[in-house]
Amino acid sequence: MTEKIVVAYDGSENAHNAVNFALDVAKAKGATLIVAHVLEWSPYSFLTKTEIEERHMRRKEELERADKAIVSPLLKELQTSGVEVEVLVKYGHTAETLLAIVKESGAKQLVIGRTGQSSISTRLFGSVAGTLAQAAPVAVTIVP
Amino acid sequence: MKTQFKAPLLGAAAASLLTAPAQASTVDETVNAIFANSTGWFVSFIFSPFPGTSFPWIVAWLVIAATIFTFYFGLIQARGFKHAIQLVKGDYSDPDDAGEVSHFQALATALSGTVGLGNIAGVAVAVGIGGPGATFWMILAGLMGMASKFTECTLGVKYRNEFPNGTVSGGPMYYITKGFEERGLKGGKPLAILFAIFCIFGAFGGGNMFQANQAHAQLTNVLGDYPGYITGIIFAAIVFAVIAGGLKSIAKVTEKVVPFMGVLYVITALIILLINFDQIGWAFGQIFEGAFTGLGVAGGLAGALIQGFKRAAFSNEAGVGSAAIAHSAVKTKEPVTEGYVSLLEPFIDTVVICTMTALVIIITGQLMVDPETGLYMVGENGAIQTASGNTGVALTSAAFSATFGWFRYVLALAVILFAFSTMLSWSYYGLKAWTFLFGEGKAKELTFKVIFCLFVIVGAAASLGPVIDFSDASIFAMAVVNIIGLYFLMPIVKRELDSYVSRLKSGEIKKFK
Repeated sequence: MTEKIVVAYDGSENAHNAVNFALDVAKAKGATLIVAHVLEWSPYSFLTKTEIEERHMRRKEELERADKAIVSPLLKELQTSGVEVEVLVKYGHTAETLLAIVKESGAKQLVIGRTGQSSISTRLFGSVAGTLAQAAPVAVTIVP
Repeated sequence: MKTQFKAPLLGAAAASLLTAPAQASTVDETVNAIFANSTGWFVSFIFSPFPGTSFPWIVAWLVIAATIFTFYFGLIQARGFKHAIQLVKGDYSDPDDAGEVSHFQALATALSGTVGLGNIAGVAVAVGIGGPGATFWMILAGLMGMASKFTECTLGVKYRNEFPNGTVSGGPMYYITKGFEERGLKGGKPLAILFAIFCIFGAFGGGNMFQANQAHAQLTNVLGDYPGYITGIIFAAIVFAVIAGGLKSIAKVTEKVVPFMGVLYVITALIILLINFDQIGWAFGQIFEGAFTGLGVAGGLAGALIQGFKRAAFSNEAGVGSAAIAHSAVKTKEPVTEGYVSLLEPFIDTVVICTMTALVIIITGQLMVDPETGLYMVGENGAIQTASGNTGVALTSAAFSATFGWFRYVLALAVILFAFSTMLSWSYYGLKAWTFLFGEGKAKELTFKVIFCLFVIVGAAASLGPVIDFSDASIFAMAVVNIIGLYFLMPIVKRELDSYVSRLKSGEIKKFK
């Protein structure tokens, strides 16, 4: 079985850097790259009646948009790299979902981009990168 | 004084328009007179007692239904309680379905439609007329009502309409139509139409005018007296902005703040109960004694029972069919799971929150007791005399303020938010019934929304009596039709339940957490 590397991708520049970094590692090791895109979602948020009614439709739209605007362009880019690429688009809490993907796939490494923000909310609630660095059961590379 | 009109609603309203100004001087009084006159006949019909008794047939109708569902589904409220909580926690949710509406979200949204003034003002009305004993019957009705909710919400999901664009519409009008067809029964469509008509009345009455009315009562309690139509116009303008103007942000904020208000309300009630913990035993004593003797209230035992059952039904809406509209939009492969989740609703709404209100009113000594006989002192209007001379939401406010003076301001805010969120919920239910009758379309929907907002003004201006009577009557009329439907369709729910439970036991339905 080939080794697997999970890389988080949200379309940002930092995330792009992370993908490039992960690609180099994957090439060197002959590993499979799992590109994970997480749509932030909490099953415990409060919705209005109309939001509930339209949720199924919106979810479909969100997934289509994610595929069109974020995932597909990246896949096109990676086509020529010669590395085997898998794509996962999931809903959930970003850090928790990435951890679940790592565990499920049995990946040995996780590569993420640093958001580079130091806003108050990050100070209060922590960043995704910070949380993953603390909680991941595998080696985490944070790419600036 | 109530005049009985046999003429249709609008005709009666027009007739009283011509006569009312002669006796009434202010705008409020005029609106009030028209309102009392034009709805009196409807109210009298719904609440007519069994011949020779004072027991309204409609209360028996709800209780009998809840009892039948309770036994038919083998005490589902007790058997399914744990599983309901597991479902809400997401133990059985497939992670691949993340992003769809969760059971928690469906429950929270449905609750924000039912937790509201019924829990604050309705309970005060029940205890104010029926005495502490009404609480006992209210709790019992809440527990039984869980089975009614289970039945209607399962059907709501099973027979909803899914439109090509991915949105869904459901509720009694859909399950009555489709369910009857499926069972080869005739009369589904006319019954569904009748339900939709009553649902629109209910949206205007209990879901709208009662809310506006009590919000105004609470505002005058805090700000001093001023005419009701002012509150009405302001409320109507905001509601209109949200439902017709697409001011989604207000709806979103309401949806997020209301649950916290609910939690704050319960915590405050708990603190008051803790401060007076030595009296909790006495209060429960009063509740039990009052439940079976009435403790001197008008109508005795029956008076307590009727009030308890009526207010419980009005608060948790079990058997009414409205919750089936709210729950039906959930994405689930198993309709029964939504039934399970919905049975928590009457529990939280009635057994927990309503009981809190009742206990606070009783413990803070709002109800006047004759020191010699130990019975409650009943005034001329049949209501128990209260320490502050208050009824409805003002009575609850007085009870909470007896311990925390500032709480009346929090309560005023809570009442307004609850009233507002309930109005939004019912505007949604009413609209669903409206589009079921008249079809979907911008102009048709706008017509409903405009009428809805006009009723906000009427509700705020009319005095409590006629508004509360009409609110009750319209909501209970929904229950009449809905429960007939449920009786015919309950074997379908039973089949769904049995199949689900056996697959749950065999492990075919997996736990994900």
